Amino acid sequence: MPTGASAPGVEERVGAPGDAAVPARRQPPPWHGQGAVIAAVSAGGGIGAAARYAASLIWPQATDGFPWTTLAVNVIGCALMGALMVLVTERGPAHRLARPFLGTGVLGGFTTFSTYALDVRHLLELPRAAPGLACLVATPLAALAAVWCASALTRRLLPPGRWQAQRAEGAPRPGERGHRAGEKEHRPGEKEPRAAEGQGCR
Amino acid sequence: MNWLLVVAGAVVGAPLRFLTDRFVQSRHHTVFPWGTFTANVAGCLVLGLVTGAVTAGAASSHALLLLGTGLCGALTTYSTFSYETLRMAEGGARGQAVANVVASVTGGLGAVFIGAALARALWG
Repeated sequence: MPTGASAPGVEERVGAPGDAAVPARRQPPPWHGQGAVIAAVSAGGGIGAAARYAASLIWPQATDGFPWTTLAVNVIGCALMGALMVLVTERGPAHRLARPFLGTGVLGGFTTFSTYALDVRHLLELPRAAPGLACLVATPLAALAAVWCASALTRRLLPPGRWQAQRAEGAPRPGERGHRAGEKEHRPGEKEPRAAEGQGCR
Repeated sequence: MNWLLVVAGAVVGAPLRFLTDRFVQSRHHTVFPWGTFTANVAGCLVLGLVTGAVTAGAASSHALLLLGTGLCGALTTYSTFSYETLRMAEGGARGQAVANVVASVTGGLGAVFIGAALARALWG
């Protein structure tokens, strides 16, 4: 995100010499320079939500039954996210809008945390504690298993190609200025890359 | 009509999550994904409120499609939440990964209950 501004959170002393220096944070608004990314996220979100709504119409949930449709949507979306993130961050180069459109947009709009929480509350209030608690615990476990399995499977099926060899020879390292979204490698433990970001530069 | 309402809500909800995430993440320097957590909990609160309003007859089913299925559905996300949790666990921050799951699940569920209680207080 080459904004020309100082890094977020960097305090600068402003004021003329002799003035009482006031620490100020120069942070551009979150939408600064993100027009194309926001448009991609928005379009993707609409597509993802429409697909989720279609699933709810095709497989309607019984009001007192286990919310299988929400669970399936979330688990499938997590598996696709696991595969996608390996593709765009490790097996690129990907278009700079691929991650915001497909990840943050389509899969972010397809999967939902709020409906999951609402489903659990509904079951607990019926009261149907057993399926409610089962849904509460099983959904995050199944979602994490899905994203982990899909990541591992994608890495196994698509071994690193020529692009990674080129990266190793002199491409920008993670954290350097100038890299583009979707062209980042990532090291475990780093704050970046994050699926919810289109750009990953902070 | 229903489809349009869902899509209209989502084309606002998804970028709102993106911007929330950018705004929150730019204000701390830890690996913990506070941005996604914030979007998820906020979306759960609004969904609880909207659902409660519909139950009380203060809002229509169209409002539920627009603000619930569309806006909150796209504002909140399971895929990014799961991916970020996996990344923390892979990076050795297992305690934070577990904390993210526990905090998100309890925070999201608590927010839905609070939203529903607010709706009940407002609209009976």
